[in-house]
This record gives sequence, C-alpha cells and structure tokens, in this order.
Amino acid sequence: MQSSTFAPWEDPDAKPLIRFKNVTKRFGEFTAIDNLTLDIFEREFFALLGPSGCGKTTMMRMLAGFETATEGVIELAGQDIAPVPPNKRAVNMMFQSYALFPHLSVWDNIAFGLRRDSKSKDEIKARVEEMLRLVRLEKFAHRKPHQISGGQRQRVALARSLAKAPKLLLLDEPLGALDKKLRQDTQFELMDIQEKTGTTFVIVTHDQEEAMTVASRVAVMDQGQLMQVATPDRIYETPNSVYVADFIGDVNIIEGRATPEGEDGYHIDWAEGQPALTAKSSAKFDKGQKCHLAIRPEKVAISAERPADAANAVQGRVHDIAYLGNLSTYYVELADGSIIKAQTSNTRRISRRSFTWEDTVWLSWTATAGVLLAN
Amino acid sequence: MRRFLLIAIPYAWLLVLFLVPFAIVLKISLSDAAIARPPYFPQFDWAEGIMAFVRELDFENFIFLTEDDLYWKAYLSSLKIALTATVLTLVAGYPIAYAMARAPEEWRPTLMMLVILPFWTSFLIRVYAWMGILSNEGYLNQILLWTGIISEPLTILNTNTAVYIGIVYTYLPFMILPIYSALDRLDGSLIEAAEDLGCSRAQAFWLVTIPLSRPGIIAGCFLVFIPVLGEFVIPSLLGGSGTLMIGKVLWEEFFSNRDWPVASAVAVVLLLILVVPIVLFQRNQQKQAEAEK
Repeated sequence: MQSSTFAPWEDPDAKPLIRFKNVTKRFGEFTAIDNLTLDIFEREFFALLGPSGCGKTTMMRMLAGFETATEGVIELAGQDIAPVPPNKRAVNMMFQSYALFPHLSVWDNIAFGLRRDSKSKDEIKARVEEMLRLVRLEKFAHRKPHQISGGQRQRVALARSLAKAPKLLLLDEPLGALDKKLRQDTQFELMDIQEKTGTTFVIVTHDQEEAMTVASRVAVMDQGQLMQVATPDRIYETPNSVYVADFIGDVNIIEGRATPEGEDGYHIDWAEGQPALTAKSSAKFDKGQKCHLAIRPEKVAISAERPADAANAVQGRVHDIAYLGNLSTYYVELADGSIIKAQTSNTRRISRRSFTWEDTVWLSWTATAGVLLAN
Repeated sequence: MRRFLLIAIPYAWLLVLFLVPFAIVLKISLSDAAIARPPYFPQFDWAEGIMAFVRELDFENFIFLTEDDLYWKAYLSSLKIALTATVLTLVAGYPIAYAMARAPEEWRPTLMMLVILPFWTSFLIRVYAWMGILSNEGYLNQILLWTGIISEPLTILNTNTAVYIGIVYTYLPFMILPIYSALDRLDGSLIEAAEDLGCSRAQAFWLVTIPLSRPGIIAGCFLVFIPVLGEFVIPSLLGGSGTLMIGKVLWEEFFSNRDWPVASAVAVVLLLILVVPIVLFQRNQQKQAEAEK
C-alpha cells in the first residue's frame, strides 16, 4: 500500500538524501564494507538487515561520523560528509545501549543536544516538552534513567535523538533490549513518530520481522555487501538469491536442473524417481542449468488425496508438527529423505486436526508459488 | 548461628584492633605524665577499685592543647598541606588514569602493574631515595647544573616543596586507581552520544566524562587526604624545620618529650578531625553503590 503512494526509489529524477558511492571500509585486513553503492531517499524508513558482522553497524557509524570510509564517497543531501565531524552533522543516532547520561534527568537528557545549539531557555523548554509529549513521558521528566523501565528508557533515547530535528535519524538495534510484546507496540509507535515528524529513519536490525514491519525498504546485507534492496513484500515474495530467501522468513529450497518449456515455464528435475516440478520464472535459465526453487511453507498446501488440478504434487509422510497456536507447520519427509515444510492456519480446534504424525499426505503448490533462483 | 559468626568476626576484629587500642589511648590522654614506667599516672589498681581510678582522670592535656598555639597551628598547617597535596595529586593522577583507561586493552594490565609496582619496595626506602634525588648534591641538581638550566643548586630538600613532591609521589596510586576504575566503567557510547548531540571533544569531556568519574575523584581525594593529614615519615625526612605537621608533633611528644598523655591527646583530637572526612567518604561510597544497583 505504502509503495504505491511513496516510492521515490522508482523515480529516476528523485534526489537521494543519502548516497553511498562505491564505499569500502577496511579495519586492518578485515573488509567490513565492500564497494557498496546505495541511495536512501528523504522520508524513507530504511532498514539495514543482516546477521551480526555483516557490516550494517559500520554503515550506520559512517553516517553518524564515528567511522570514515576507506574508499568511496558518502553524500548527505548532495554534500560529501567525510570532512564533517559527528557534532556538526545534521544526523542523530539512537544507540543500541540507549547511551542515556546516567547523571542527568530525563528532561536534561532530552535538552542535552538543544543546549549545545545556543538556543534560548524558552525554546529549549518548549522543544523538550514537545518531545516528552511525543513519547508520552511527561510524568517522568524529572526521573533519572535508572529510575525508569527499559521501554521508557528507549523512548527517552528516541526523544533525545529527535529533539534536534535531524535530517536523518539512525537507529541501532533500537528495540533489541525490549521483550517481544513491548517491541511490537514500539514498532508501531516508531512508524507513527516517523510519519509525524517526517524524518528519514535508517534502522539497523538483525530481526527480520522488525525490518519487515517498520521499513519502507529493506536492504539485506551479508559480508559487507548488499544482497538485495527492495520493499518488504518484494524481498519476501521475490528474493533474488537463496541467501535472501533463506534469511527472510521460512522457506523450502529445492535444488534441481531446469529445462525451459514454453515462454517462461520450466521443468525442474530434482530427485530420482520423482516427477519433475513446474515453475514459472521471468529469469532465464538454460537447459540443464542448476537452479533452486524457493517456496514459502504457507504456499504449500497439504491434503490427504492428490489434488487433481495441482501443477506440482509430491507425496510424503508427516515427520513432525510445529504447533504455533495460530499456525501449524508440518515437516513432511519425502521418499528420498528430504523434508518440505507446509504451513496451514489453524482455523479449527487442534483436536480436529486432519493430519497427525506418520500420516501419508500430499503436498501441492502452483507453478507461480515458488521463485526460481540461480544461486 | 552461622550468620552470627559471620557478623561477629569483623566486629571482633574491630573491637580488638581498633576500639581497645583507642580506649587505651583515650585513657592515657586523660592521665598525667610521670617519671615512671609506663610514663603516666594513674595505673589501674584492683585493690583501690574503679572509682578511685576514674577520679584521677581529667581533661588537663586537652586544655593544654588549646593553650599552646603550637598544636592548633600544627593542625591547621597539616590541613593546609593535606588539602594542597590532595589537589596536586588529583591534577597529576587524573590524566594518568584517563590515559590508562583510554589505552589499548592489551596494555592496561601492564600500566596497572607500573602504578602498583612501587608498593613492592619499602615505603621508607623510596622516601630515602627522594632525599638522594632532591638534596643539593642530588641527581636532580646535578642534571640541571649539567644541562645548564641553573647555575646554582636549588634547595628543595627540607622544604615544603620536597614534602609535596614526596606526598604526590607516594599517594599517586591511591588517586589513580579509583579514578581509573570509574573511567574504565564509563560506557564509550556515552561520549559518542554527546558528540552526536553536538558536543566537541572538550565539551563531551567536561559534560560527561568528568561528572561520571566524580565518584572516583571523590574516593581518590579522600584516600589521599585522610592518611596525609596524619603523615609523619614524609615531613620528617623530606621537610625542614619550617614544615609543621601534626604527625611530626605527635612523634616528638611521644619519643623526644616522653609526654605520653599529651601525645595521646593530640592523637585523639586528630582522630576526631578525621572522623568528618571519613564519614563523608563512607557516604560517597554508599551513594555510588546505590547508583550502581
């Protein structure tokens, strides 16, 4: 929905707020960021997603000014930011540890940045109070950071980093320390605040659910490189590599050899004695080329009889069932020993579940359900 | 029962090693000097009973302390020297502690070792070594004369300057260690946050580093101030006739004058003066412990 109304990345004339141009960052022998090019646009909520050590935090620290690029240029609103020290950048950061000043009250923490700008007392007071209202902490203004809860501390950190109305707000694993329920509430609050203030947010996270929830675009990183940059739905539905497919959500990867058939259809021979699978793909594969078919478990249907009209159907035995409350994931073992996951919503009570352990079942999916990937 | 034992041990320790000696000193301070062994009167005698013994005690010696201006001058001078020396030690110690906390992780144990290393030699020998360095024919003057910076040897030994040098040198580790421990615990992202919010390096230091290392600074200052106030060895070895410190007066009363009662009175008053900073110090430690909870 958001992508149809707000998609500056699809507009070739749009000027990016941040531009990484062939940026490389090395720490001694180690290459943290490897020749990376990326545009981030104004008002975006951009997520850098990847496992720890993939370089996402280094990217953020380069934007904040705590690291400088070894090679390449980083531009903020068209200006090279390399010579600008952190205290002169229109960029603020919310730290993973929150980094609240323990000797200052909530009020003084939020006012800290404003006081550095030689603003008048009234201006500072008005702005701090506005921020306190924004994060709903008016009552806690005079507490010290150790006297408030983790969730409140997180909101103080957010208010403090927003107080100076930066062009760009960096959030380093902002919700990492919160429990799941609070994290979900805070995610929506973050999106709300981002919309209200119109600030560009760049968030670093290793939690893919969080990235999918809050971000307008997600960049999946691995070993200092961008694997894919796209909207959450495209990342999920059309990953460009096995790595991205595997990193985001749950997925079945079936390895095989492609044989073109028709305009964009392929036969995939994948196991001895099993019928070939069919899949549609806009990417081109040569005859006999190795390929990976990635199918999300929720797109695989499970049934007792072979569905008559299914493009793909395989038979197997229920090996295991993961009951998640609203969903159940069936781990079905095929004749060759491989496991395929199928997910169904539990619309009926668990006692009336149709399948149980060791049942023989059919798994089926359409030709467009999966994505055919080269690597 | 086990709980009781656990509490009883430190209390027994305090009783035997602090309260009992203090009671003895207090008792001597209330006695009169006598040419006897031990050199004071009265001695407790079971035959006469406790009342007769107590009747002999009086506050004469304390009154004497107020009459002779030597004593209050010595107390004041000690306070002044202790305060000045504490400030000097802080000025010398803070940068060292800061540099240690900022040093690469693998260097820190070595640096810590270097700070503690002097304790492995006798304190007395180290003070004597300073006599060798600071005297008119000492190494310092030799080097300064040889390089041509001065043409006449400087008189440092047996002045207050030598006392300050000796105190700063001796007590520096007591200042460095608590400050280092406070700085070491300081979360580096706080400094980054301060810079991110618009502070220059120097502002971040004044607004974040100094306030957050304050408990360490206070602890270090007390750890230096309290023992320096009663310091005896350094002023008597490095100081001159003009260096007036209560520790020296105390020593002279005991060993030169053999006036144990007056010496004891001096000691009791010194202890009372020290109670104030010790209580403040305890409070600081307690507050710090609470803040860390």
